[in-house]
Amino acid sequence: MDQALQHLVNGTVLGGTYALLGIGLTLIFGVMRVVNFTHGELYAFGAYMAYGLVSLLGLNFYLSLLLAALLGAALGAVIERVLLRPLRGADIDSVMLAMIGAALVLQNASMWAWGGVAKLVPSPFDGMPLVFGPVSVLPLRLFVLGVAVALLLAFWFLLDRTRAGIAMRATFQDPETAALMGVRVAWVGTATFAIGSGLAAAAGALLGPVFMVSPTMGDLVGLKAFAIVILGGLGNLPGAVIGGFALGYVEEFGGGFLSTEYRDAFGFLLIILVLAIRPQGLVAAKERVG
Amino acid sequence: MSAVLAPLLGWSFAAAMASVPFLFPDPYLLAVLTSAGIFIIGAISLNLLLGYTGQLSLGHAAFFGLGAYASALATLGFDIAIGFGLRLRLDPQPVWVGFLSAVVVAGLFGWLLGRLAFRVRGAYFVIITICFAQVLRMVSLNWVELTQGPMALTGIPPFALWLPGQGVVELTSKPQTYWLVLGVAVLAFLIVRQIVRSRIGRALVALRENETLARSVGIRVTHYLVIATVVSAGIAGAAGSLFAHYVRIIDPDVFLFIYTVTMVIMVVTGGKGTLWGPVVGGLIFGLLPDMLRGAARPEAQWIAYGLAMILLVMFLPRGIVPAFTGLLAGRRARVVLPAAAAREAAE
Repeated sequence: MDQALQHLVNGTVLGGTYALLGIGLTLIFGVMRVVNFTHGELYAFGAYMAYGLVSLLGLNFYLSLLLAALLGAALGAVIERVLLRPLRGADIDSVMLAMIGAALVLQNASMWAWGGVAKLVPSPFDGMPLVFGPVSVLPLRLFVLGVAVALLLAFWFLLDRTRAGIAMRATFQDPETAALMGVRVAWVGTATFAIGSGLAAAAGALLGPVFMVSPTMGDLVGLKAFAIVILGGLGNLPGAVIGGFALGYVEEFGGGFLSTEYRDAFGFLLIILVLAIRPQGLVAAKERVG
Repeated sequence: MSAVLAPLLGWSFAAAMASVPFLFPDPYLLAVLTSAGIFIIGAISLNLLLGYTGQLSLGHAAFFGLGAYASALATLGFDIAIGFGLRLRLDPQPVWVGFLSAVVVAGLFGWLLGRLAFRVRGAYFVIITICFAQVLRMVSLNWVELTQGPMALTGIPPFALWLPGQGVVELTSKPQTYWLVLGVAVLAFLIVRQIVRSRIGRALVALRENETLARSVGIRVTHYLVIATVVSAGIAGAAGSLFAHYVRIIDPDVFLFIYTVTMVIMVVTGGKGTLWGPVVGGLIFGLLPDMLRGAARPEAQWIAYGLAMILLVMFLPRGIVPAFTGLLAGRRARVVLPAAAAREAAE
């Protein structure tokens, strides 16, 4: 039982960052109909920026996290303007191929720039775990969860309460009508891609001090982001948050009770199962398979 | 190109490729061509899915890897626990048994993936195929008793073939291996051509062009998609088997996404949905890395691949072969009307 509680805590911490990843990806798909294969690379980019700013430039840790997320958003905006804007109107498969190409370029550019050796972002938190009864958690992980939840709330506020958010949701529902209502759809596209990328980079920067930073770290994470989004249904925002936490728990409990080696495989098996049984995603009501 | 000229050109191309070991007996060139040939076989099989059914299957490395492991394990033999105190044991088999089991195992998994994945379309289908390869990679990494995990399967025997007058001989020389790969490639090409020109092929094109219409005239869409996946997986498995007995060491990296991407780039560059597309694209991207090897780092090579993919999608979305035949034929490019194709296939 105590062990289960500990897994619950760990799964929640993991789930928070997964939710950040998922929500960015699902937003991009919902608004732009783009399957973003660069998402994992933006996660890696965020982690590397955090490493560079903290370790090489010696900047403040918290400031570095913020800057890493902003740089991620800027890179996202560039990708959107250079790559996606010219491909507007192309079929979804062509855009996917172009995004795979972009992911290849990004990953190998970071391999080139940073070398293959894994790095760790130093953090101001010490290694003593906080103990609450039967469970213990590292302060760093608590901080990661806190920031993740804060970002999710900020994102919800942006989408639900601001004019930009209304424009995004309108484009999400129907780009043509939104355009007729005076929404600058092209601008919404850039903003959406930048925000989604910024969230991915933030997740990477947050986990940089927890896990190692390496050029190929984006591969697995990018796939996991897809898993999260599929669990909730592509383009379903609350679904992505639920999917993120669900994947966190599945990995923690599966890794803890079933098999540590196959920890990373559980998510993928889950996707295959979900798609086989409920192709529209776990929480989506509407059929959305096409 | 006319109906008489095209096969003639095709066969003379095959003959020219077959004469390479006589004209240029350079072992390095043959090694490069052999590994390019193996990936061209993979690309030919991927084209059946990507080009003719229009389904962006990004788990193709799964079938390649399954074939490689099946063939390697059959020829090396294994002895594993399968639970309940039972053991499954296989003594080392000859290489042709390995080759056949690669085709069969990959084909079976193709059937499984087809049944599962074709319940969904578009982005969902793409992601399910990627996950499929990823799960297999993790199994191959962690099922150490069977696959040796990251330590890799080593000492895989080379090809052996029965040759008239000589009995069963191991094909150890570079030209022999090259001809074997070339032979399998020609066979794969012919199989795919036969399928594409059959009822199945017409049904596939019909549903690529307009699935709803194809369904409405009574084409069993999923049925044909699964057939195409099984054939495609089987051929990819054969390519994997060739790879295993050629490099003679197999590790879980054969399931990497990057192998799928290599095959996808070959197909897209050459022209998806054309018979010669994978061959042309495969020759370009099979030979290019080795030419660049001296000049650039591997990262630069992958960056070039990525940029090539982006530029192709933007400026040559249909690939080289359609652009070229389009030039030759002027504006008389043959267009298969979806409705006509659907009617033809339903009959």
